[in-house]
Amino acid sequence: MGKTMYEKIWDRHLVHEEKGQPGILYIDLHLVHEVTSPQAFEGLRVSGRKVRRPDLTFATMDHSIPTLNRSFPFKDEVAQKQVEALDKNCRDFEIELYDLNSRNQGIVHVIAPELGLTQPGQTIVCGDSHTSTHGAFGALAFGIGTSEVEHVLATQTLKQYKSKTLAINIEGELPQGTTAKDLILSMIGKFGHDFATGYVMEYRGDAIKKLSMEERMTVCNMSIEMGARAGLIEPDETTFHYIKGRQFAPKEEEWEAAIQDWKQLYSDADASFDEVVTFNAEEVTPKVTWGTNPGQVAGITEKVPSPEELPEDQQLAARKALDYIGLKPGTRIDETPVDVVFIGSCTNSRIEDLRKAAEIVNGYKVAENVRALVVPGSYQVKKQAEQEGLSDIFTEAGFEWREAGCSMCLGMNEDIVQPGERCASTSNRNFEGRQGRKARTHLVSPEMAAAAAIEGKFTDVRNWNVKKIEGIRQ
Amino acid sequence: MIKPFDSHTGKVVPLDAANVDTDAIIPKQFLKRIQKTGFGQFLFYDWRFEDGKENEDFILNKPEYKDASILLARKNFGCGSSREHAPWALEDYGFRVIIAPSFADIFYNNSFKNGILPISLENEQINYLFQQAEDPEYQLSIDLKNQTVKGSDGFSASFEIDDYRKWMLMKGLDEIGSTLINENEIGQYEKQHKIYYTSSRS
Ligand code: SF4
Repeated sequence: MGKTMYEKIWDRHLVHEEKGQPGILYIDLHLVHEVTSPQAFEGLRVSGRKVRRPDLTFATMDHSIPTLNRSFPFKDEVAQKQVEALDKNCRDFEIELYDLNSRNQGIVHVIAPELGLTQPGQTIVCGDSHTSTHGAFGALAFGIGTSEVEHVLATQTLKQYKSKTLAINIEGELPQGTTAKDLILSMIGKFGHDFATGYVMEYRGDAIKKLSMEERMTVCNMSIEMGARAGLIEPDETTFHYIKGRQFAPKEEEWEAAIQDWKQLYSDADASFDEVVTFNAEEVTPKVTWGTNPGQVAGITEKVPSPEELPEDQQLAARKALDYIGLKPGTRIDETPVDVVFIGSCTNSRIEDLRKAAEIVNGYKVAENVRALVVPGSYQVKKQAEQEGLSDIFTEAGFEWREAGCSMCLGMNEDIVQPGERCASTSNRNFEGRQGRKARTHLVSPEMAAAAAIEGKFTDVRNWNVKKIEGIRQ
Repeated sequence: MIKPFDSHTGKVVPLDAANVDTDAIIPKQFLKRIQKTGFGQFLFYDWRFEDGKENEDFILNKPEYKDASILLARKNFGCGSSREHAPWALEDYGFRVIIAPSFADIFYNNSFKNGILPISLENEQINYLFQQAEDPEYQLSIDLKNQTVKGSDGFSASFEIDDYRKWMLMKGLDEIGSTLINENEIGQYEKQHKIYYTSSRS
């Protein structure tokens, strides 16, 4: 019987197997950031251990850093301590660090693909749940806890149980005016916030094949919001084209060898998955979440549901969510006002996301009383957007234009949504308190966020009057 | 370093919420500390405290539940971010066992590494326990070796756990040490394993 792509990657990385124990899985790429690593390095010191493969380990600063003024001293002393700790740890253990002065700095899941570090068939881990992003390249990528970070640092392996496999066949095409973000939000809405817990999920079908790498990353990024251990997409020409020529991409003969190798990474026709579901892409509409988990989502032309309409086991959670988010059942989504708009995060802060948002923003002004910010995913995205003139479009409209980082996605720096404020956010989590205490988060695509900033409320971007950008410098 | 877990008896606090995420368990403003200890004071911070004062309505703040060491919750407990600060906070606060119908993956893994035993039971059993735990004196006894949960009222259930995790937890073992037993094999593997980006390293 054939193998799934997951099984192929697993087999290639299995170092040791013993009955009744998890396997020892080799890790090709370990990404490190300032928040989930200090205790791991401390653990190494306490037990007198070294980093086994500093050359397979890359660190950056993204989660707690300011995106306004990044020079020391930070306003937030504790954040500065954390950044300094990472700096020291990387020096002591000889790990490459892309710090705040580096051209390679940015959100960890944005920079690794951008540098060409993320490649098909690899195993990739990071102390961050959105490591699932890298699955867009056909790499087995998942988030780990700090004990596991220490384990990988010390051994370059992880003890892992094999996951169950889930194929999600996406039929049809995404309708005009809808995005990869709407697609993944629709799937989470349909299948549920914990549907894929324990599974590695492979996204398949024509709708996926047609997506760009950026769009595939948006989809895989949110696999974890369905509970999946990891998301996978079969690598193809789109993937190879994206990687080619990047800093860490294989060169010349190595490139040819790599391509041959990567072309083996697909699920065999006779491979069997533990679970198979289908999803019809034609159903997708622009989405806005109305609750406090990403599965509580509705179409822009719909109304906030009343808990009684929902399946019984979702009613209590829905009631709590509506209470927190301050919306009444029956409210039209497209009449819901916003106070803050955040375009950024590892879900939607790549150059393509910013281009799409800028296209909507061009020629308009941010509504009065709306605070809107764009936080590019990396230094390189920022520079490119500035070269293309996108930053001018945003700032002329009244957006704040920031340095790269996680920023308002999780509000660990000063970019916080105030209590009771409503935020249209291109990030991935609308949990209670995620963007600030009592902050109300609505997850949307970059286009929908941009349009909400202009209108001061959610609006159907399919009806938007796009003013063509003149003299775009792409 | 991890406390070995053999058996445990304690009071049960019922936290009637599904999808309790790690942002709720330990809000991000407390993730900047670079130590592993002292996170208990921040557990469920935004639920426990209101403008710096204790929120009396929150179940963990009720005096009669303050010394509970078993947390009872609804499905998909621990979803969201991978932060291990969540089990650190739970452990530091005094919880040794969490009982729920299901757990998010990374959280489940992280718990074992910090001496916390996550136990999944059937929905009906959970519903029953929620009723019983309305009485703050209600106690459960967990026997890891025999994989059972028993109540002071005669409630009895068994739970699943894989042998490896059970053994590690019972011994309080360090996983790195156990992996390094196979260090030679890792070295052998590395010799034949191709990672393309390494040759492009400047
Ligand atoms: S952007 Fe948000 S989700 Fe992504 S790594 Fe940063 S904090 Fe996590």
